[in-house]
Amino acid sequence: MALLQISEPGQSAAPHQHKLAVGIDLGTTNSLVATVRSGLSSVLIDDDGHALLPSVVRYLPNGDVEVGYAAQAAQSQDAANTIISAKRFMGRGLKDIDVSLQPYHFVDNNDEMLQIETRAGIKSPVEISAEILKALKNRAEKSLGGELVGAVITVPAYFDDAQRQATKDAARLAGLNVLRLLNEPTAAAVAYGLDNAAEGTYVIYDLGGGTFDISILRLSKGVFEVLATNGDSALGGDDFDRRIFCWILEQSKCKPVNAQDTRLLLTKAREAKEWLTDHASAQITSILSTGEVVNVSLSTKQFNELTQTLVAKTLNPTKKALRDASLNIEDIKGVVLVGGATRMPQIRLAVADFFKQSPLTNLDPDKIVALGAAIQANTLAGNKSGADLLLLDVIPLSLGLETMGGLVEKIIPRNATLPIARAQEFTTFKDGQTAMSIHVLQGERELVTDCRSLARFELRGIPPMVAGAARIRVTFTVDADGLLSVSAREIASNVEANIAVKPSYGLSEEQILAMLKSGFSAAEADKQARALAEAKVDAESLLEAIKNALKQDADLLNNQEKQQIKAKIDALEGNIHAGAGNASSDAIIKATEALNAATEDFAARRMDASVSRALAGKNLDSLEI
Amino acid sequence: MNYFELFKLPQTFGLDVATLESNYRKIQSESHPDRFVAASSAEKLASMQTATLANEAYLTLKSAGLRAAYLLSLQGIVAIDEKNNQMPADFLMQQMDWREEIEDAENAHDVSTLENLLAEIEIAGKNLQESLKSQFQNNHLSEATESARKLIFMDKVRADILKSIEKLD
Repeated sequence: MALLQISEPGQSAAPHQHKLAVGIDLGTTNSLVATVRSGLSSVLIDDDGHALLPSVVRYLPNGDVEVGYAAQAAQSQDAANTIISAKRFMGRGLKDIDVSLQPYHFVDNNDEMLQIETRAGIKSPVEISAEILKALKNRAEKSLGGELVGAVITVPAYFDDAQRQATKDAARLAGLNVLRLLNEPTAAAVAYGLDNAAEGTYVIYDLGGGTFDISILRLSKGVFEVLATNGDSALGGDDFDRRIFCWILEQSKCKPVNAQDTRLLLTKAREAKEWLTDHASAQITSILSTGEVVNVSLSTKQFNELTQTLVAKTLNPTKKALRDASLNIEDIKGVVLVGGATRMPQIRLAVADFFKQSPLTNLDPDKIVALGAAIQANTLAGNKSGADLLLLDVIPLSLGLETMGGLVEKIIPRNATLPIARAQEFTTFKDGQTAMSIHVLQGERELVTDCRSLARFELRGIPPMVAGAARIRVTFTVDADGLLSVSAREIASNVEANIAVKPSYGLSEEQILAMLKSGFSAAEADKQARALAEAKVDAESLLEAIKNALKQDADLLNNQEKQQIKAKIDALEGNIHAGAGNASSDAIIKATEALNAATEDFAARRMDASVSRALAGKNLDSLEI
Repeated sequence: MNYFELFKLPQTFGLDVATLESNYRKIQSESHPDRFVAASSAEKLASMQTATLANEAYLTLKSAGLRAAYLLSLQGIVAIDEKNNQMPADFLMQQMDWREEIEDAENAHDVSTLENLLAEIEIAGKNLQESLKSQFQNNHLSEATESARKLIFMDKVRADILKSIEKLD
């Protein structure tokens, strides 16, 4: 249930009321929240004046949860209960992670998303991320003085379906209404493009704490069209820290260090990396828990040598994206740098060298993503801004199905513009077969074992027929959030097949509900009151929308159709205004659904009419008459 | 409504790409799900359907090979059929030559040969598109079918070359 308007039950929001919506950059290392106020996008700061919230969550002995700087400060002394970079674990299994440098007690979940054992119990990366989102939500509501209508949350463009779904689940646990999952480079392009009134083809080079993304966008007249995207969802600034860490161990000839010292030295490594951005050398000194003293000096030259393979690793996805977009470097008007890791001089040099132009750095690489997300959140929440921008984003990785012999057959190619749907027909191979299983994968490789398993679907309820007679049409839809859904229908009998989804690395609906339950301790009566209030808000906004639609486009309906809709409107209004004690959220939800169903044709006709209007006028000369 | 009607474009092979692009954007401006975040589920459904159709239609009409096959399908002709992929012998020879060249260049780690091959196929594709224009104009549909098949095959060869270059990078 989505709370789309802030208003008391029974009252609709004033038409020009500014709706509180935020953009959230849920980063590997740091997270931010931003909003548009008086037409300007700005990052919201905490009570201490910090814009960044370190993406660190600590489970305290007294049962409290600490997020941000306080948690970060405790990370070496309480490493096992202080989770950093949880984003790297989202939608991932244990076998995807290099556990050697991690101080956590991982729980192996066979082939499902990994979990971490803390003193507060076993936690999924989704729950850990939800704590960060909750902290940002609180910051925003406190600072804006009201409940949020919703949020745009950014994800690396190269995140696959499991990682995106995990992010959306985290938002749900945090009680945030997700207006859209937005790709980080696209968000950056929005912030940059609108700030600079840019037109042309731009590259967004985004090296974050844990992920690398490259996106190529064409900006023209308020339309941001992603032409290609590529990247590496396991390459980021953290890897540079790790290279320094290994070098420190090597130089000081330390024995293998414990979790606490690992964390301590990784922190020293990060500080050295940041120091080297504008200094020629960094002194790294530390006393380990064993009493050993570390005291080494790292020069820029040494740092460059240590990390040159990492820098080079970013250029392959860059070349692939250019090729996918059929572009040469001469076609690129500008390269925008995003992510704190792009402050490293060797990155700036490599980018300038590759594109034969200096990268654009006039927006803070730490903030640009959140600023862009806020602009999009403002648009999506319906706060009319001057620029009517439209984002056309793509699916980063191909979707395919397992076929005979462990091969993958592609059904949706990477870089296809969203939303997209593709149908595939299947048949039965045994007489009377009523079920079949389908395995959906994501990735570019040909073998099932080289791609990422997204889900296995069990199609049931196929009418029994002789082998090969059933024709099951399975439709795969990827929505504007980049999330997959599947529907199936047997064509001859027109029977809708049931689909049981088992996300390979995701959480099941039951798991999420259980997590939600454990988070809320509200009494049953409160829950009912809340459900009723939410049902009424939903119903009111639907009524308002449909009444407006009828005012504008009544001529698209005949009298009988009008009366049918009117009857459903009356029924819903009757339910809403039933006397106290008689109003039930279930009845309102049912009547809302009935009104929705009754207006599907009307909505489709209005859509056709508005498309026709948009195409008429300006280029009549190109029409065939 | 067919794809040409959707974009209000004349149903011909030689379409005006600039108008296709600008009309595509106009349709997306009206129908994209981002415009219907707070709308009713009926409106969200209509938005999803129209935006999805526009994307599929745009993808089809933008690619010369797919556009030709689509035009033929409107005439009831299936250009791409797994069971019937008859090709003239000389084109098959040409294809085998290309594949051999790709393999040799890949084994020799020779990216520039692969890039030259890409350019060569690009030119061959442009020529085929010119032929298709007149074949459709003159309603020579069996010739057009053969050209469409060739173009789509060449797209596959192009994709293979790109894959090889990717491997060598």
